[in-house]
Amino acid sequence: MLWDAWDKGADWLSIKFLTSFPSRFPEEAGIKSALMGSIWLMVLTAIMSIPMGIGSAVYLEEYARKSILTQLIELNISNLAGVPSIVYGILGLALFVRGLNMERSLISGALTLTLLILPIIIISSREAIRAVPSSIRDASYALGATKWQTISYHVLPAAIPGILTGNILALSRAIGEAAPLLMIGALTFIAFTPESIFDPFTALPIQIFNWASRPQAEFQYLAAAAILVLLALLMTMNAAAIIIRNKYQKNLKW
Amino acid sequence: MDRLRIQRIRELAIEKTLFLCALVSVLTTMGIVLVLVFETLSFFEEVPILEFLTGTTWAPSFRPQHFGVLPLINGTLMIALGAAVIALPLGIASAIYLSEYAKPGVKAVVKPVLEILAGIPTVVYGYFAISFITPLIREVVPGTNIFNAASASIVVGIMILPMVSSLSEDAMRSVPGALREGAYALGSTKFDVSTKIVVPAALSGIIASFILAISRAIGETMAVTLAAGATAKMTLNFFESIQTMTAYIVQVSLGDTPYGSIEYRTIFAVGAVLFVMTFIMNIASMWIKNRYREVYT
Repeated sequence: MLWDAWDKGADWLSIKFLTSFPSRFPEEAGIKSALMGSIWLMVLTAIMSIPMGIGSAVYLEEYARKSILTQLIELNISNLAGVPSIVYGILGLALFVRGLNMERSLISGALTLTLLILPIIIISSREAIRAVPSSIRDASYALGATKWQTISYHVLPAAIPGILTGNILALSRAIGEAAPLLMIGALTFIAFTPESIFDPFTALPIQIFNWASRPQAEFQYLAAAAILVLLALLMTMNAAAIIIRNKYQKNLKW
Repeated sequence: MDRLRIQRIRELAIEKTLFLCALVSVLTTMGIVLVLVFETLSFFEEVPILEFLTGTTWAPSFRPQHFGVLPLINGTLMIALGAAVIALPLGIASAIYLSEYAKPGVKAVVKPVLEILAGIPTVVYGYFAISFITPLIREVVPGTNIFNAASASIVVGIMILPMVSSLSEDAMRSVPGALREGAYALGSTKFDVSTKIVVPAALSGIIASFILAISRAIGETMAVTLAAGATAKMTLNFFESIQTMTAYIVQVSLGDTPYGSIEYRTIFAVGAVLFVMTFIMNIASMWIKNRYREVYT
């Protein structure tokens, strides 16, 4: 599969491809707006989903007592992780685009993606927090620390490598998603880069979808080239996650 | 004294804030359900529910309009079936291999490859289907439509393969070694142990992984939109163009459907069917896993 994309797309990869806007003419088309859109989306989604996801994970692992409400929350999260991404797109369309009048903007897209990856972030962060031995917490309490001091000075720093790895993987899922963004109306033909979070946008997977759905061979090659860029971005993120995991695993030993 | 009180208030405030974070997930589910229910209800004010659920013609954009969802469900189930035929046997075979046969060195290579396969965006699979698999099928079976269910089924099968494989392997690995040793002591071969001891003992986990994977295939969007086409019809021919529920939703959202029109509402009604189907399967998967798990002590 990789070879197929490389074979067809490699010739089309160039600096010009990265820095031009989409065009009706395949020779002139590029992915500048799509690449910028994806980067914007990723940053916005990270800003919103990571604090919220870690917060939920900390609550469920450290604070929550066994009650019907917390059991409901847990069941809910594992269920949400299995909801098809296009259903999140429907929610985003009704809630953010129409309901809150945010139009077809970056912020609508980022909010939709945030809801989409939140369950993944919560599940992986919880696992990381659970792996911190309780002796660390007991020691902190024994020295008179409050609950929050224990969490912020001891539990979270110890769990951070695991949390980061999970979050990076969740974000890499977010930048590969096309269906929910199509639903909320990300456009495919955008000849400018977004300047504020309320601007319309496009993203790499959407650009790939658009090119791949055209019959002309040239656009197929463009799709292949854009796929190479997207996969390179994903590989970089995954590599970062693995490096972080390996680096900290060595330093921390209980 | 004052510092203590401030500290206590702060602790409480932090706990409540974190609780609110955890509540977002519940609100998301409620949001999904409410949006689907309200829009679907207003859809049913114009289209009788019986016509929607039992009609065999889906033509919302032609006059006279027809709103029978069965062709879309038919298309969706075809993809799910085709994907299952590919992914389930391969997935369980690779799980048996990884859990029972593979040496650690092989495992160290295969597992990351499966993880990478699982992380590739679905739109890339879609491209792969139309640029590679479809031409291949058209060579083998002449007369195949450019858009066909077979090609989409194959890539969706590849897509859910890592899920079946890794979840089934987890289930097989949690089968205690003593069971295997017992079978070996009675003179079983490795193959006998794998198929007659390990697989039955891990069956609940394996079936749970099957259901989850099929649910994923039902919800899969980009690959089927690109490869399977946009012709909603009742057929069982894998070499024709079909349309799935997800592909229909994408098709509507790509066009300029006026907000509030009946076509616009169809995406919520179809989305509701999709949500209910995947929801039931996800719950069933969890239930089977917990209910029928053999507990070894």
